[in-house]
Amino acid sequence: MIERTVKQSNSCNLRQRTLVTIIIAFILLIGIILSGALIGPEKLGVNLQLRNIPPSFAHLFGTDWLGRDMLARTFKGLALSFGVGLTAACISTIIALVLSLLSSVNKAMDAVITWLIDLFLSMPHIVILILISFAAGGGFKGVVIGLALTHWPSLTRLLRAEVLQLKNMNYVAVSKSLGKSRLWIARHHILPHLIPQLIVGFVLLFPHAILHEAAITFLGFGLSAEAPAIGIILSESMRYLATGMWWLAFFPGLSLLAMVGIFDLLGRNIRRLIDPFHSQKL
Amino acid sequence: MRFKRISLYVVKKIVKLVSLLLTICILSFLLVSYSPIDPVQTYVGADMMRVSPEQQENIATYWGLDESRTEQFLSWGKAVLEGNLGTSLIYRDSVADVIAERFLASLVLMGFAWVLSGIFGFLLGIVAGMREGTIVDRIIKGYCFLLASTPAFWLGLLLLMLFSVSLGWFPVGLASPAGILAEDVTFIERVRHLFLPALTLSIVGVANVALHTRQKLIEVLQSEFARFAKAKGENGFSLLWRHGLRNISLPAISLHFASFGELFGGAVLAEQVFSYPGLGQAVVQAGLGGDVPLLLGIVLFSTLFVFAGNLLADLLYKLIDPRMRKGEVQ
Repeated sequence: MIERTVKQSNSCNLRQRTLVTIIIAFILLIGIILSGALIGPEKLGVNLQLRNIPPSFAHLFGTDWLGRDMLARTFKGLALSFGVGLTAACISTIIALVLSLLSSVNKAMDAVITWLIDLFLSMPHIVILILISFAAGGGFKGVVIGLALTHWPSLTRLLRAEVLQLKNMNYVAVSKSLGKSRLWIARHHILPHLIPQLIVGFVLLFPHAILHEAAITFLGFGLSAEAPAIGIILSESMRYLATGMWWLAFFPGLSLLAMVGIFDLLGRNIRRLIDPFHSQKL
Repeated sequence: MRFKRISLYVVKKIVKLVSLLLTICILSFLLVSYSPIDPVQTYVGADMMRVSPEQQENIATYWGLDESRTEQFLSWGKAVLEGNLGTSLIYRDSVADVIAERFLASLVLMGFAWVLSGIFGFLLGIVAGMREGTIVDRIIKGYCFLLASTPAFWLGLLLLMLFSVSLGWFPVGLASPAGILAEDVTFIERVRHLFLPALTLSIVGVANVALHTRQKLIEVLQSEFARFAKAKGENGFSLLWRHGLRNISLPAISLHFASFGELFGGAVLAEQVFSYPGLGQAVVQAGLGGDVPLLLGIVLFSTLFVFAGNLLADLLYKLIDPRMRKGEVQ
């Protein structure tokens, strides 16, 4: 029986295996996000009788110095990270799409867009985030705005190259001489070809956005100190490291790593599935 | 002809740098000036009750806060052009001095990590590329993808817990032991304090170089000349040495130079974890404490830093690659 299943899994081709990976990654992510979203405030409450408990079956990730269950806080934090990541990825993908289409209008426009990309890449990302957070007067809003507005450059660069290539295709030239408008060409000839890149780019934005969100909240920008965000949990845990409470930092960070890793895996497998040029490699 | 090309290149780069810096000046100044955080209030801090409204207004007038934004920007811009970045509110010292002192500490950290991650990343990439598809390659690739999803500061925390708290091999933070005069700190002590933050930074920096080098090496090994060399019976190290290394080292080096932005970002986090007194820690404090002059100063400085890295990457291609030098490849 076991032998047969092994054989079967071997007989799966790359496409099937990729599909299975995608489905598993998707289910895992949904699981993480739903369980985070379903955790009520009663689970996050302070319970002073259960302080500083190392990981056990009752509290898988242990509890902190206020008796809060770290598992509940971690999953709540992951759900928050996902929300921020989703906002950032949506807005950044839209910006990237609009800018890359604009860059195909004419040479001057293209130069402007390239220059904009260079401008955003010329500052360390974290410094831009700090600056925007400061400009928004601190608070969560500033972090979300910062993350949403700064993740487009690399995707724009990718899409722009793609658009430039598509523009020189014969069918675009034919369309043009048939008198179709720019908008028509963009909608019917360019956009459909960009969709695979857009989907992959969208998913692969999540890891960046989530890691930056954790980093910037870790540095102390944005959220208030008691909010359950992974960055805040980790920066709080720093004060308790010397007392040997390793579980405060270890599990939340590991969960964040897992979520980011799953997103990365999902993105790479989707690319393998729908982008035939990349499917040969990796 | 050659001279003309070089001067054109220099002019182009200068124009680009100036336009970038100018835009960043304007943008960051606008962003900061629209911030609802009141500079007078952050400056006065906890003494707010003891400082009368008239005195607060005096401070505002002294700083020129009652002028229009354009006037404020012009006077700030003029001062910056003269090399005067203003006075930091937190450190009560000139911004240029703070940046210089802090950058030196950061530079040691970043330089150490940069060299280490470059060497290790390159070696890992070569090993993975030479053994493409084997278990070694899979492990290295998996390790790199894992690193790419690792939060740098969490890694720092883990190292801190393991080596400083549990094993006690390294100090918990700072760049030198507390309570000792700066000139009395021994070299060994400095290295001991530097080791963990640098290790954190270099572990994170490995992934990019390794994956890139691996990809390039695989491409090179699939090319015609590598196939011919293999047909002649070359393999293993001699194949790598004669045909691979030259082709993969330049992209790796220039990629590594172009990663200054990420390096700086990593340093900000590592310095925060290990309370290392570098530029990264200063920018976080400036952002949290509302220290506008220092924040703007570091924004400009970090832009210059990243630009320098990108320029070096570009120059290396132009100077070292004989094909580029002769203008065969654009």
